[in-house]
Amino acid sequence: MASVAKTTVAEFPRAVLARGEGRVFSAGDQVRVSVRFPVGHYRVPRYIRGKRGTVEAVIEPRVVNNEEEGYGRNAGDKQHYYRIAIPLTELWPGYAGSRKDGLRIEVHESWLERS
Amino acid sequence: MSAHMHDEGYGTTVGRGDYTPGYYEIMERSIAELLVEKGRISADDIRRQIEVLDSRNPALGARVVARAWVDPEFRARLLANGRAACEELGITSYEDTELIVLENTERVHNLMVCTLCSCYPRAVMGLPPDWYKLKPYRARAVKEPRAVLAEFGTIIPEDVEVRVSDATAHVRFLVLPRRPAGTESFTEEQLAALVTRDAMIGVTTIKSPVSAGGSTR
Repeated sequence: MASVAKTTVAEFPRAVLARGEGRVFSAGDQVRVSVRFPVGHYRVPRYIRGKRGTVEAVIEPRVVNNEEEGYGRNAGDKQHYYRIAIPLTELWPGYAGSRKDGLRIEVHESWLERS
Repeated sequence: MSAHMHDEGYGTTVGRGDYTPGYYEIMERSIAELLVEKGRISADDIRRQIEVLDSRNPALGARVVARAWVDPEFRARLLANGRAACEELGITSYEDTELIVLENTERVHNLMVCTLCSCYPRAVMGLPPDWYKLKPYRARAVKEPRAVLAEFGTIIPEDVEVRVSDATAHVRFLVLPRRPAGTESFTEEQLAALVTRDAMIGVTTIKSPVSAGGSTR
């Protein structure tokens, strides 16, 4: 059953993972959203590109990469997907609200860099 | 399936008058007709899916919220896996998405938006309100959420965190509002009747039914 897990514990720790099967990030990791401007279908809004945040949760199981699927490429290709926490003060210099205020957004692994 | 198709009804030709379909409606109908023509889906599949969409409305989400208020174990399961907990109540997720339930507390107020398009927990809430799909709400909810909330009459104290969840693809959200004061003796059905669509989006809170001097029934 699919669920939002804080961590992933491999049920079979000795199994060798296929390329891309193991996830790169874990809850608590500091990440930066890539700055890229692909044309066409993408699922990363521009206002978070280049911004820094923290992995809050790993969304399980892996999800279809819509950016490829939208063009019929690698249909069914799965990617890790993360719920990222970004302070609103990081997104908007001069943000007027509380410093505690934050954004949560799900981002495909291909868009995340270690920060 | 778009609002156009939903509102107009697939294949409806009656009473259209001088109505001119827009660019996206023409594209949508062309694709639908091609899919039917090529036998990938049938016109009945489309009709059936509209029936599914029509059967979903905020009363379903209200049932989920009321159950979470009266049943702590259900609430824990709902927060751990929203989709599975809704399925316990017979509310299936007809689209392949996860459901993250965002719990409002005395320290955190949650708000949902889809800045890229109009992702919405349709399985538990039905179709989104128009303002949810329009650019002013989508752009401002992530940039000045407190100002947006104030326009809905919702003033969040400075010491409470405003947490905005922006849907991108595979996850939908449902805000679990705080149970209002004065409802200790309410039945689950009475509680469900208090829960509004806007409170489950997070643009408002649920007022105590007894504080305004009104009757509780």
